[in-house]
Amino acid sequence: MRRNYILIFIIVIILVYLGNLAKGLNPYFYQLLVFWGINSILALSLNLINGFAGQFSIGHAGFMAVGGYFSSALSVYQGEKIISLLNFLPLSVAQEIVFFVFLILGGLISAILGLIVGIPTLRLKGDYLAIATLGFSEIVRVAILNLDVVGGPRGFPGIPQRTNLSWVILWFIICLLLIRNLINSSHGRAIISIREDEIASETMGINTTFYKVLAFVIGAFFAGIAGGLFAHYLMMLHPSSFTFFRSVEILLMIVLGGMGSITGSILGAFMLTILPEALRGFTYLRLIIYSIILIGIMLLRPQGIMGGKEFSFSIFRKIYTRVNKNENIGSK
Amino acid sequence: MENIVQQIINGISLGSIYALIALGYTMVYGILRLINFAHGDIYMMGAFLGYFALSFWNFSFPMGLLFAMGGAAVLGIIIERFAYRPLRLAPRISLLITAIGVSFLLENLMVLWLGASPRPFPQKIPLEIYFIGNIVITNRQIIIILVSIILMFLLQFIVLKTKVGKAMRAVSYDKETALMMGIDIDRIIALTFAIGSSLAAAAGVLVGLYFNKIDPYMGIMPGLKAFVAAVLGGIGIIPGAMLGGFILGIAEVLVSAFISSTVRDAVAFIILIFILLIRPSGILGKYMREKV
Repeated sequence: MRRNYILIFIIVIILVYLGNLAKGLNPYFYQLLVFWGINSILALSLNLINGFAGQFSIGHAGFMAVGGYFSSALSVYQGEKIISLLNFLPLSVAQEIVFFVFLILGGLISAILGLIVGIPTLRLKGDYLAIATLGFSEIVRVAILNLDVVGGPRGFPGIPQRTNLSWVILWFIICLLLIRNLINSSHGRAIISIREDEIASETMGINTTFYKVLAFVIGAFFAGIAGGLFAHYLMMLHPSSFTFFRSVEILLMIVLGGMGSITGSILGAFMLTILPEALRGFTYLRLIIYSIILIGIMLLRPQGIMGGKEFSFSIFRKIYTRVNKNENIGSK
Repeated sequence: MENIVQQIINGISLGSIYALIALGYTMVYGILRLINFAHGDIYMMGAFLGYFALSFWNFSFPMGLLFAMGGAAVLGIIIERFAYRPLRLAPRISLLITAIGVSFLLENLMVLWLGASPRPFPQKIPLEIYFIGNIVITNRQIIIILVSIILMFLLQFIVLKTKVGKAMRAVSYDKETALMMGIDIDRIIALTFAIGSSLAAAAGVLVGLYFNKIDPYMGIMPGLKAFVAAVLGGIGIIPGAMLGGFILGIAEVLVSAFISSTVRDAVAFIILIFILLIRPSGILGKYMREKV
């Protein structure tokens, strides 16, 4: 157990170091890596709700907006003050600590909203949650448009740039480990059992509402974190970044990658980060090709690329043993 | 007081458009359990079909309306045949994603072809304004309300009194049993799409007449709101969609007149959250307990 923690610690150090190394990269690739990381956090957290708990949520952009706007508002209005309170620390360290705390606060606000929306609506079954989350994210967007403190329809400029690849990687790993460990625990099996058959799992004594709300709140928390990372990278927020289209984009990542597959989410996030860039040369045709690819993948492989499976390196071993076996059979 | 009556009249004309779109949503949901996100874009396509018929081919308004309805019905059947039918047995979420894909495809095809900027809708019917006391009614509002009420009665007649309507109700009630009774399910589903799409197209042409401007992205917001209307009335229930559409239209107009026009877009969704909390099956819906 302890060895695991040490291993994780070493991996984190290496990745943070890699993040610093990546600064020498072409800024375009650097930005793509950052967006891939943020999108992976979004996809993983939505996959916990949609893929593992089987609750259909299409309002992730709303939670992302809440977290992003809240942590940015803190940075803009309180950031300098709190950093100056920490004057016993070196400036850069103080900045990073304050950023970390603000991100978590943004995530928590988003999680609390998730709780408020989740408790009543998760008692409903089927498509109603989808509709309620869609409604929630639209309400958030209209609320932001009417909030003058965060710029309303003009957008919210002047957010300090604190996000870098190291932060994104760190949060990605936190999100990945938390969700992976949750899914592999007994709580995770309870969550998956809700997806498989809600009535049966209720009969087995699982508190389905509790686990559904738990998955929903964790998902909302990480969506808020991703929003904060996004805001502190772009240094500017605009309500038009959080429309229904954004929620759909996150949903696409997990559906293309495979519902209920962690590696699938990361793959899907990669595809949806790269695809719009790869199609940039087609200018006007871009969005048409995009939608045709979308429909095509759904028609040819409705369960997504990974299905519910995980990618792991043991697959190579399996192939190797299978090939060896075949050779042995052949020699006989 | 007069102001309120005036706003309610405006609300009814807006609401009848939501109701027409909501009918298509509710019919498709009733039969396939699919939230057809492309429906708002079929409404947009209907508006553009009407635009072509009226401005380039110089149809009269009623003919243009019928042409748009017919064209959209064909479009609905094509979409159902090539995008939704192959996924009949797939998980429902793939079907939903496909619907979103179709929605993007329609929008972007229209942007590619005609550009994203709004176009003026040909004004075939000159504006006339009537005064009743201090209340203003335009002839266009009257046309919108009349056409939608006629279409709704027609739909009710088809669904309740004809053989095809009986088949539609049977399929939405229980697909397998309907199949065993000798109903051609694929044909009935295609027909449902055709009818729903033609109603949306009628709404598109009426909106063009009312607001005088159409663009390729016009279907997104009304589409979502009409869906809310369908949920409000009880999704899968045809009179519910009409009721929901009218309530939503009136609520939206009243809020933008008396509170603030910037929160207008949120009204529909706030109503939605409330209805889900108080009566999740909708106003006319019956709560059905899930059985093992």
